[in-house]
Amino acid sequence: MSTRLASGGRLVNRGAPVEFTFNGKRLRGYEGDTLASALLANDQMLMGRSFKYHRPRGVVASGAEEPNALFNLNEGGRFEPNQRATLQEVYAGLTATSQNHWPSLEFDVGAINQAFARFLPAGFYYKMFIHPRPFWKHVYEPFIRQSAGLGKAPVERDADTYEHFHFYCDVLVIGGGVAGLTAALEAAKSGKRVMIMEQTAHWGGRAVVDGGDIDGMPAADWVDAAVAKLSDMPNVTVRARCMGAGVYDHGYVLGYERLTDHTSDKSGPRHRLWRVRAAQIVTAGGAIERPLSFAGNDRPGVLLASAVRDYVVNYGVSLGDRTVVVTNNDDAYRTALALKAAGLAVPAIIDARASGAGPIAGEAEKAGIRILKGKAIASVKGKSRVTGVEVCLQAGEGAVIETIACDCVAMSGGWSPIVHLWSHCGGKLTWDDDQVMFRPDPDRAPTGADGKPFVVTAGAASGALTMGAVLRDAAEAGRRAAGITGTGAPVAADPAEAAIKPVWMMPQGAGVKLRSKAWLDFQNDVKVSDVQLAAREGFESVEHTKRYTTLGMATDQGKLSNINGLAILSQALDDAIPNVGTTTFRPPYTPISLGSIAGEARDASFQPIQKTPMHDWHDANGADWEPVGHWRRPYAFVRAGETVHDAVNREIVNARQNVGMLDASTLGKILVKGPDAGKFLDMLYTNMMSTLPVGKCRYGLMCNENGFLMDDGVVVRLSEDSWLCHTTTGGASRIHAWMEDWLQCEWWDWNVYTANLTEQYAQVVVAGPNARKLLTALGGDMDLSAEALPFMQWTEGKLGEFDARVYRISFSGELSFEVAVPASQGMALWTALIEAGQDHGVQPYGTEAMHIMRAEKGFIMIGDETDGTVIPQDLNLHWALSKKKTDYLGKRAHERSFMASADRWKLVGAETLDGSVIPDGSYVVATGVNANGQRNVQGRVTSTYFSPTLGKGIAMALVHRGPDRMGEVIEFNKEDGTTVQARIVDPVFYDKAGEKANV
Amino acid sequence: MSNVVSALSGKAYTGDVSVKDAGLHGMITLRGDFMDENVGAAVQHFVGVDLPDALQASVGEDGRAALWMSPDEVLLLVPYEQAATLATEMTQAFGDTHALAANVSDARAVFELSGPFAAEVLAKVAPIDMASSAFMPGMVRRTRIAQVPAAFWISGEDTFTIVCFRSVADYVFEVLETSAKAGAVGALK
Repeated sequence: MSTRLASGGRLVNRGAPVEFTFNGKRLRGYEGDTLASALLANDQMLMGRSFKYHRPRGVVASGAEEPNALFNLNEGGRFEPNQRATLQEVYAGLTATSQNHWPSLEFDVGAINQAFARFLPAGFYYKMFIHPRPFWKHVYEPFIRQSAGLGKAPVERDADTYEHFHFYCDVLVIGGGVAGLTAALEAAKSGKRVMIMEQTAHWGGRAVVDGGDIDGMPAADWVDAAVAKLSDMPNVTVRARCMGAGVYDHGYVLGYERLTDHTSDKSGPRHRLWRVRAAQIVTAGGAIERPLSFAGNDRPGVLLASAVRDYVVNYGVSLGDRTVVVTNNDDAYRTALALKAAGLAVPAIIDARASGAGPIAGEAEKAGIRILKGKAIASVKGKSRVTGVEVCLQAGEGAVIETIACDCVAMSGGWSPIVHLWSHCGGKLTWDDDQVMFRPDPDRAPTGADGKPFVVTAGAASGALTMGAVLRDAAEAGRRAAGITGTGAPVAADPAEAAIKPVWMMPQGAGVKLRSKAWLDFQNDVKVSDVQLAAREGFESVEHTKRYTTLGMATDQGKLSNINGLAILSQALDDAIPNVGTTTFRPPYTPISLGSIAGEARDASFQPIQKTPMHDWHDANGADWEPVGHWRRPYAFVRAGETVHDAVNREIVNARQNVGMLDASTLGKILVKGPDAGKFLDMLYTNMMSTLPVGKCRYGLMCNENGFLMDDGVVVRLSEDSWLCHTTTGGASRIHAWMEDWLQCEWWDWNVYTANLTEQYAQVVVAGPNARKLLTALGGDMDLSAEALPFMQWTEGKLGEFDARVYRISFSGELSFEVAVPASQGMALWTALIEAGQDHGVQPYGTEAMHIMRAEKGFIMIGDETDGTVIPQDLNLHWALSKKKTDYLGKRAHERSFMASADRWKLVGAETLDGSVIPDGSYVVATGVNANGQRNVQGRVTSTYFSPTLGKGIAMALVHRGPDRMGEVIEFNKEDGTTVQARIVDPVFYDKAGEKANV
Repeated sequence: MSNVVSALSGKAYTGDVSVKDAGLHGMITLRGDFMDENVGAAVQHFVGVDLPDALQASVGEDGRAALWMSPDEVLLLVPYEQAATLATEMTQAFGDTHALAANVSDARAVFELSGPFAAEVLAKVAPIDMASSAFMPGMVRRTRIAQVPAAFWISGEDTFTIVCFRSVADYVFEVLETSAKAGAVGALK
């Protein structure tokens, strides 16, 4: 059984016990414990169930690579699934529950899958559920989805907040072990800005666990001194609990800082996502120990040798009284010695190497440990716990020589440098035959925009495995990153070690029975036999094998399984490991929270909402809001007792009979100025703008190069060399960018400047028979009479006390003025107009009334009558296409045969015979069906409304050869499958002569 | 005029780092060829400062300044009451010189952010190196704050002036207040 030892545990504070809850039970740990160490201290070795077979699983590692010990943490708004017990620190009040089992962790119905493991080989789902075809969608997938998944998705809103932080440095060191600290100290000597981040709460990495001296002092003391020194340096930023999550182009790095995950006090941001721009990056993440592949290596109680050592040394926790060490290298002997030093029994070290270990073997023997050379584990005894191991010859097929009783197995298959961050941005690896590892190839580093490397590795991440070598490599890496020269490094010993022996299967001749119990990927239940099967079935590429078997596709992303898996694959393919290669390493290194990615973008900060200067008035007066781009515009001003539809109809009737006011501040207003501005606008608009006289307005169309209508609006000639171009609300930024694109990239020698003045002005449409009376009531110095200010002209001066520009333009068909004042005066103008308008029956109207009034007049709307495939000719706007101009954007496209064809869908009005409203999105049906069996169509509705002015439904539609078919009755389809008959009519339903506006 | 109001009418959040609507500021967008001596002369004549170098602010008396926005654009800071007139006068003064001067005072909201870790509050929402060794008095950055365009410069000790579009003033205030309330990062020395 696992338990807390009477003494020891350099990270735990035995004076500070903390209570936490696991599966509803109250358990006790110490401050400094991880959830994993605290559970082990309470003899909770069973920590989860595997994904596919629901096999009982215990913790196998002590860090980020842990595949088994995943938990649901916390409750309610702080619930989070799939959290690693090895990374989670315990605190008072922490609640954890285990995952992927039913009804309980100890008794799990899904474990029945184990009995059928023989029938659930690699690719089982692909093979089994392919026939009959329709079953996938309706039977198999729903069933598999239900049984899939480890943790559950959170239900409640996230109770925490998150933030980003942008940071710049010259050298970013990722990893706070002795290598990272050494690199940071060296780099900091340059005086440049250095940052060092460490994923865990503690500095020093493995060195402080494994002991040894650095510069003549114990490693732990050296680490403390190094951290203190770095923290004091003004040019160095030091962060613990901050993981280097990903390395991206141009030295961009994401750091994931966990601020409150380890405390009961949850106030303040939970995570901070560091968005670092570093000139040079040093990755010093260390190395990950590999498991060995022997039968039963997934039983709770079988751990990585380094993890067993960590639990004893860091937390004072033992996995059991008797631990068998099994290894192919010298490092695991350290675990045996550490256990002995803690007073625990090590019945044997099973060393796969016939020649055994180097000098450390002597220390082990001196400590009284039996060493079995050239031996292997044939299988592990025990079900939910280890009870013993059966020993065999590594060279053989697994005949049992002896059985050793034990309750823990510490395994080591060698070490793999953590190459993830090196590889994220293209760093390449090289296979090191001597050390049996893929390590970064310094000659093929990730390169920046200048073609030069921007990532260097330090220490074990480079492939250096002895302390002296680690420190020398790290010092050089630090200097290289900082661009300084120098020599020297902290001094430590390089103990002689015997060479590692590659052991990918244990024993090497294991039969199928053993191979099918030898796990490679613990979380996804991929065994040696699965990878071999994939190879036999023709999956030669490591990427294909990964997807077929799900090797390395679990939440640990193959940190433990990848190298072992591809070695098995290479053996099965009879190819060398470097030829098989690795799968791709992608960020993040371990999963990061979605909240940290969102940062401050939640609630009121989720998305910017653009508000006009009159927004608050609208809000207080019944505005039913409509999003238009990021703007909010009143769709209608709804009064008590009204529906929105009622309000729209009232607003229209009032505007047509009295006077209405529309907030048009959102319309784009772009100033275009310069000697070539006229020429420029003649190219952008389809009609002629250069000839527009000062003081006048002209409606214009803009097409893209392909001839499609993209925006419209009124252009105003302000002076000899300046024009003000109105755009649609949604088009303001886009059209400004479009103008700049042409000026900067194509017509860079034209003398034109633009400025987006959209937000400088609050603009109010005053429309209706009483419009002039209302404006005149405000007073001022402008003559707004029909004679002084005719249709399509503008003037400026004082309107009451306001600095106003008044445009005589109409989108409603009524007598209409648009009044522009500086935005800061917008609210005052609006309220002044409302007050002055009381005698004239003024009412504000919203966008829907505006839409319907323009439709009654047959005016097109960008986004309704256009959809990116419509040309001006389709909308009968030939009059706006200049024939005098030699060129404008879209002109050439309009001449193409299919654009000039008479055979297009063209704009007409449509009036239902029964007066009803045609449904939105309706098509004009034709006879017959197309190749897909769908009903043929000959047109579609583009705008359709109930017209309160006319008391019936009106619509505009694009209909095949529409204008040639006036009076014809066509049919629009409805959602219920029936159709509605409508007559093709002129699209101008109201005041065709334009007398209303011209007064 | 009493009916002229800034975007948030002086709204303020007071904390360790405070945020406030700094009221109406006169601003003129000037686009022109910086190599043309008439452009520099006009800025000197109407604002009393030299054209700034790239990424710099050129600061004069009474809050008058010219802020570098792009290789052919500066933002001129002048008293609010004078902005419209100055823009018109500048346009007239340019004569045949190709340049554009437009009053944009009302298109903007202006905030003042002040307090011991104000630089870190900005670094949370703007992709700018806010270290005191990198961003110094006399500099200006045209960048973004969270999801919207913005510009800012140092206007006093631990004090920044921030300009954004008027329509998103609520959003920018909210983002700055949230970031200020979340506290210091302790990373910018």
